[in-house]
Amino acid sequence: MNKKSAVEPGYRNKISYHTILLGGTAFVFGALITFAHITTHDDIALRLQEDMLASLHQVLPPAIYDNKPLDDTLTLKPDGPNQAGLKIYRARKAGKIVGVAFEITGTGYGGAIEIIMGVDKDGKILGVRVISHHETPGLGDKIELSKSNWITKFKGLFFGNPKKDKWKVKKDGGYFDQFTGATITPRGVVKAIKHGLELFEKNRSQILGIKTPLKTSLNGTTIFFRRYG
Amino acid sequence: MATGYRQITYDGLWSNNIILGQTLALCPTLAVTNTATNGLGMGLATFAVLIMSNLVVSLFRDIITPEVRIPIFVLFIAGIVTIVDMSINAWLHELYKVLGIFIPLIVTNCAILGRAEAFASKNPVRHAIADGFSMGLGFTLVLVVIGGIREIIGHGTLFANASSLLGHSFNFIEMTIIPGYHGFLIMALPPGGFIVLGIILALKQNHEIRKKSRLATVNIEPMLINMESSLS
Repeated sequence: MNKKSAVEPGYRNKISYHTILLGGTAFVFGALITFAHITTHDDIALRLQEDMLASLHQVLPPAIYDNKPLDDTLTLKPDGPNQAGLKIYRARKAGKIVGVAFEITGTGYGGAIEIIMGVDKDGKILGVRVISHHETPGLGDKIELSKSNWITKFKGLFFGNPKKDKWKVKKDGGYFDQFTGATITPRGVVKAIKHGLELFEKNRSQILGIKTPLKTSLNGTTIFFRRYG
Repeated sequence: MATGYRQITYDGLWSNNIILGQTLALCPTLAVTNTATNGLGMGLATFAVLIMSNLVVSLFRDIITPEVRIPIFVLFIAGIVTIVDMSINAWLHELYKVLGIFIPLIVTNCAILGRAEAFASKNPVRHAIADGFSMGLGFTLVLVVIGGIREIIGHGTLFANASSLLGHSFNFIEMTIIPGYHGFLIMALPPGGFIVLGIILALKQNHEIRKKSRLATVNIEPMLINMESSLS
């Protein structure tokens, strides 16, 4: 710098030059990121949809249905004022609903665990997969299928097998294995899946399109008491 | 500042290595090195961003004034990382699923800003790229070594799940070093990172001190001979 200063133009020391330089850089990079966002946005959305389809395939065996569950969705009424409604993907065979899939969120050691689960029309689990999580690599990440087959053990289970009060990890006196060194993660996953089954049970008639008005109003009361009780 | 390619390579890989020499970037180092594969993923992602950021900083080094250089470097790095993140997500989605968690972490890697400030802003483009290359490589190697040690002691495996990062042709590097091992949890948790890093740093220090004392004895000998000859 010192060697150059003899030939350096004076404007380099002016505050306006610094302002324009910094502002210009911010503008250029803002523009570049905007451009990158616009170029990649559609592709990313497409990739996410492919991912969604791939996860749907894992929790809804393609053999049991003949429609496109990605386009056959139903959004449940939200439980609370600030919650988004649960989006249900419906799998039909010859027009009749044979199973549904939906996403639920559990809380693990490192924050939210996004889970997708498939349930058949009787409330039996067709499959569960973890879509994203922030658990400790090497410990909590055994909930991923690529690391361990733990998540596949939910297939075929329902309330009754095991009993509803056994839907906990073994450490809490329940049915499900935890991992060595990680209890919070599987606990969060089991709790979320249990919650998912409860949601299905509670909204079964609406999800499957069965009209039983009495039951719906009863369910409404349950929600009311749970929220304020 | 030495700018020969030999010196740049030696600096990056050993003497001024980001972790072992400058002890920078310890946050991502300790966070992701619980397995060799994670270390490799983080290393490769950092490697790519470091070369790009060195390139851009070096290209514009004559326009940028010292007064505003730090925010401008930060903008460069954050911009590059964001664009890389989006592009990989859109066009290399399989890789993104593996590397995705590491990429945003690179923004917090002070070593990249460190190289921009200490090297790229003062050196021509080709040297800046060489520096990014050797620094990135050195960083990756140390991450893999720390990750490898922690993985072997913590889980008894080496490069587990590496094929999801490198492709199925790399299945062969996934090894079970100690079969039927039940794991040593502390090595997989952050304290294990501190322990392994501390031991490696101590070994390097030890090596350097020995080298220095060896050099010193070599230098003293001719002096002694001179003294003896002048005495006689």
